[in-house]
Amino acid sequence: MGKVLVVTSGKGGVGKTTSTASLGAALAQENQKVVVVDFDVGLRNLDLVMGAERRVVFDLINVVQGDAKLAQALIRDKRVETLSILPASQTRDKDALTADGVARVIAELRETFDWIVCDSPAGIERGAQLAMHHADEAVVVTNPEVSSVRDSDRIIGLLDSTTAKAKAGEKINKHLLLTRYDAARAARGEMLRVEDVLEILSIPLIGIIPESEEVLRASNLGAPVTLNNPDSAPARAYFDAVRRLRGETVDMNVPTDRKGLFGKLFKWRAA
Amino acid sequence: MSFLSQLFARRSSAPVARDRLQILLAHERAHGGPGAEGQSELIAKLREEILDVIARHVPIDRDKVQIKLDRGAAVSTLEIDIEVPELKKKPVLSEAAKPDAAKPADDAKSSAADKTEAAKEA
Repeated sequence: MGKVLVVTSGKGGVGKTTSTASLGAALAQENQKVVVVDFDVGLRNLDLVMGAERRVVFDLINVVQGDAKLAQALIRDKRVETLSILPASQTRDKDALTADGVARVIAELRETFDWIVCDSPAGIERGAQLAMHHADEAVVVTNPEVSSVRDSDRIIGLLDSTTAKAKAGEKINKHLLLTRYDAARAARGEMLRVEDVLEILSIPLIGIIPESEEVLRASNLGAPVTLNNPDSAPARAYFDAVRRLRGETVDMNVPTDRKGLFGKLFKWRAA
Repeated sequence: MSFLSQLFARRSSAPVARDRLQILLAHERAHGGPGAEGQSELIAKLREEILDVIARHVPIDRDKVQIKLDRGAAVSTLEIDIEVPELKKKPVLSEAAKPDAAKPADDAKSSAADKTEAAKEA
């Protein structure tokens, strides 16, 4: 039985889709069978970030409505054999997603994959709630910025109240993924520090992704950063996050691309 | 303030962000949160009931009511500013009069401010 992991945030533009692609790819690079599922109906982008936009034939809604078989809609990644993507519909209305249909698709995916990584749409409406509904684990993507932290708090509340696990009286495992972090600015008091965000949101930290040019470069090229440049700072941060997700104990630090004495200095300050 | 300390004060915006968030979220967790618009409902209710009480004694224009809310760390204040016309014979109605409340003082109008402590944090 596979695990369902929702990548969510409330606020848009904080890195949900980038993180879904990177975490999904990183898990697959560790030989896990992974499917990344785009729940952002009408505004699909996971296919684009994953470089599969020209290979989409059927989508999640086609499967939910029975117009296509699951196997027909799944797109196999060309770089990692154990990675698949289930795209969202670009043209259909989000109301076309039914709770029953989603439940059926998720149940079917659980049989074939180790990880079902769901990319949630922004907001707290139906689409976001459907994406998180079946989750066993949740990664809450947060930027060190006031509006993002506030929205994350809201999403954490929803994870604890509206999901299937919450309704069954069980706890959903929530993890904080801090993205676009700049250790130097935090040290200068210009940006919320990791400890500040953790104290406010009080859920365990799964990783700190440093602000990096590599993230945009990878999405420009249609490849998760963990595939495009596995040695880059954000890729190493995603690999660390995935190991923690799998239960390994990995020291928490902010990987850096800076080299030499200058880089060492920043590494020291971030620790 | 020296140049250095000015520079330092300007740069350390993160602690301000942290404090603002902590206050805001303490309130949102207590009153708002998923499936409950508690805070705004409470304010709407308070406004209606306070207005009803005043309307029993003096005619008031419901469009000329200003409501302000200030959420602090320990105490919140709810300020309801009501324009009460024709109040020459009964000048004292409210417990807290606000002489410099927004509008220029007018013979026919006086304003009553009603401060209510709405919420206390644990």
